[in-house]
Formats: sequence, C-alpha cells, structure tokens
Amino acid sequence: MESDNKITGWSTGEMAQKVAMDIHDGAYVNLGIGIPEMVAGFIPEGREVIYHTENGLLGMGKVAEVGCEDPELVNAGKKYITAIPGAAYFHHADSFAMIRGGHIDVCVLGAYQVSEEGDLANWSTGNANDIPAVGGAMDLVAGVKTIYVITKHTTKTGESKIVKQCTYPLTGKNVVSRIYSNYAIIDVKEKQLFVRELAPGVSFDFLQKHTEATLHQK
Amino acid sequence: MINKIVNSAKEAVAGIFDGATVMISGFGEAGSPVELIHALVDQGAKDLTVVSNNAGSGHVGLAALIENRQVKKILCSFPRTAISVVFPELYRAGEIELELVPQGTLAERIRAGGAGVPAFYTPATVNTPLAEGKEIREFNGRQYVMEEAIQADFALVKCAAADKYGNLIYNKTARNFGPVMCIAAKTTIVQAKQVVELGTIDPEHVVTPGIFVHRVVEISNPADESKLVAENVKYHGIRQ
Repeated sequence: MESDNKITGWSTGEMAQKVAMDIHDGAYVNLGIGIPEMVAGFIPEGREVIYHTENGLLGMGKVAEVGCEDPELVNAGKKYITAIPGAAYFHHADSFAMIRGGHIDVCVLGAYQVSEEGDLANWSTGNANDIPAVGGAMDLVAGVKTIYVITKHTTKTGESKIVKQCTYPLTGKNVVSRIYSNYAIIDVKEKQLFVRELAPGVSFDFLQKHTEATLHQK
Repeated sequence: MINKIVNSAKEAVAGIFDGATVMISGFGEAGSPVELIHALVDQGAKDLTVVSNNAGSGHVGLAALIENRQVKKILCSFPRTAISVVFPELYRAGEIELELVPQGTLAERIRAGGAGVPAFYTPATVNTPLAEGKEIREFNGRQYVMEEAIQADFALVKCAAADKYGNLIYNKTARNFGPVMCIAAKTTIVQAKQVVELGTIDPEHVVTPGIFVHRVVEISNPADESKLVAENVKYHGIRQ
C-alpha cells in the first residue's frame, strides 16, 4: 500500500489553474500577493477578465519586462507591472470603494488558516516579535462578493490549515466561499465544508484525516 | 494674485512645527515625495504623527525621517517592506508608536477628514482584533465598525504636473493616496515633476483641483527611491 506521505495532490500551478477555471468571463478580479498572482496565467482562452490592483489600477497587465520597469507603475505587491489598453488609474479611496462597495467580483487570497465556517486568518500569526501589517486584506474580505482561498492543505510541519476554529487573528469572519488546496476543492456553504473535487490519488478519508475541520461529501 | 509656486523644497516645508500631524503620499516608492521628506529632515520638526501607507525603505525618504527620530507615531496599513530596517528596529525597541489601519479604512478616514465627515461605518475589521474597543453598529442585518476621520496639519504629496493655482495631475499608480491627502490637510505641500502654465492641464483632466493645494515646488528630476535603497544611501540631512 502506498504510504500517505507520497500523496502530494495538485501542484501549485494546477491549483491556480483550478481557480482560473472558476473565474467567469467579464469578471473584475483582485489577486492577492504571491501564489494567487499565478491564477492570471491560467484564464482559459476566450474569457476576458479585468484585474484590479488596490493601489489604484483597473486593467493590470503582465509583469514589466526587464529594462521597461516604471517605479510609478506597480501592483499591490510593489512589483513593476504594465497596464492594458483600456486601463484606468484612480486614487486609493476610489479603489477601496470598488472593493468595499461590492463592485469587484472575485478576490483570490492565500491563508494561514480557514475555519469550517469560512473564517479567514491570513494577516498575522500573532507572534509578538512580528511587525504587524494588514494592508488591504480586511477590506477585501469584507467587500468583495466572492472570496477564493488558494493554499497548501497543511503547514510545513503537517498541521491542517483548514481548522474548526482559527487560532490566528482573523482577517474576516464567514468570508471564504471556496478553498483550493493541493488535496481538494472545498466549498463553504452555510458554515459547513463540502468537498467539491478531490485531487488525483486523494480519497475522502485521506482528506478528512489531514483536515482538522469536519468535511462533508457533496 | 494667486501663485502657489515656491522656489525650493526648503521653502515648501517651512513652518512644519513640532508635534504636527503630517500625511505623506505614496505606496512604497510610487508617489513618495522623497525631496519634500528630505527637506523636512533638514528642517528638523519633531514629535510628528505621520500618516502614510508604509513606513519607508532603506535609509532614505520616510525611513530617513523616522531614523532621524522626528516621528513619534505612525498610522499606516503596512509598515513592512522588503527592505524596511529603520521602523522595525525602533518599533521593537518601543521607540515609535504604531496605529495599524487597514488600507481601505486608512484611505476613507483621510477622505472623510477632507470632506467634513467626522466618522463613518465600514464592514472591514468586524470580528477581528483591529475592531477592539470600537463602536459596532448594525445596518440592514450586517455589522459595521465606526471609524473616525483623520485630518492633518500638513500633507506632503508628489504629483506629475501642477499649475500656479495648484491644479494637479498624477502619474499612473503614483496617484494612490495623493488626492485624498490633499483634501485632508490644513496646508497641502506638493512636489511636482513639472510646473505648467495655467490652462495647460485640461480642466476635464484635473485630478486635484487647486483649492486643496497651498504650496507647489517643482522637482524636475526626483530621486528614484528604490535605486537609493539598493545603493544603501543614507540621508542624514543638512544642518540648518
């Protein structure tokens, strides 16, 4: 019998691709810093998606090529980027009116922990020695219609990131709609977790064994 | 006669007093008025409360102002950057106060301050540690946190072009907090890459109308902050 620790599930790219498949044509999308940014590379041909970056741009294009970087054209992660034809610049209060006012359709974020009620912790581990920093995460989860989380299912030390209750400080309560992990895609519905799709080689029992929160079959 | 143009960054920051609240535009280096900040380092006002999205990189710009021990408190959303060394050290030593404000709340508190709105309710931070001690109120079945407006004595803002009435346009994502900070300060001080004749900026394209701006200095070749940081430049100020 194959041992559990050989099961890795989807690669990060495959996870990003799964998220991309669920973003509809015409969506206004905000991608968090890091792995969520990979989603843009997997949007299926024929779908037009407009990327919002909260520092004041709708219509974010690809990362700027070497030699073409403009220090006054950056994304939320302060990377040098480009703007597509048809892009718009605006100030921060307008940018967060788009977020808080419910005008952005989808936001994809990373996570430290997600609870079975869809609570998200992704800004602080509560470590007293860390410099606290929150950025726009709390505004995004409070305002964007659909919050997708993309994350490894477990921490580096093997602990479940999908938990009964978050032990890290919350970013928002009951905010996550769907979790894309390397093991499975899981919907949060009425404060319960329903497995939507399992990665190759992952069984429901294996998934539950590696998940602190209670899972339900579809 | 209205002419808001001044001749130097030194003249632009004149009168910033000890204990003042100073808003500083920028998202990282994009839109950060490095020359105005350095003029404030030279000028030496201390015990400042600074409102800015970040807390500076390396040892230039806002980081230099903090390193020169002129800032007693900072309100910001993200005091960490890849190369922020000054703020973390002073924060851990308990020598600078931090009020952590979510980015959208920060922008709206500033906007409200300039718009004559003393407070507002936002859904951000409900049920998180950042809402502790704040009024929670329910509207249409959902909970919101009351947040108070922020006003400043001075705002230091970078823009692309200005005219002598103080009408401003910005460049790309360097706009960020500039327009809201301009409206929320008693004295708004702007560094413009270019000062242009009245009428050059199409009235349809003015982003910040001149009524919100008090002093403008042309800095035609502003420092590239990330370059200074990469070269480990330290700004210590010029004794006046």
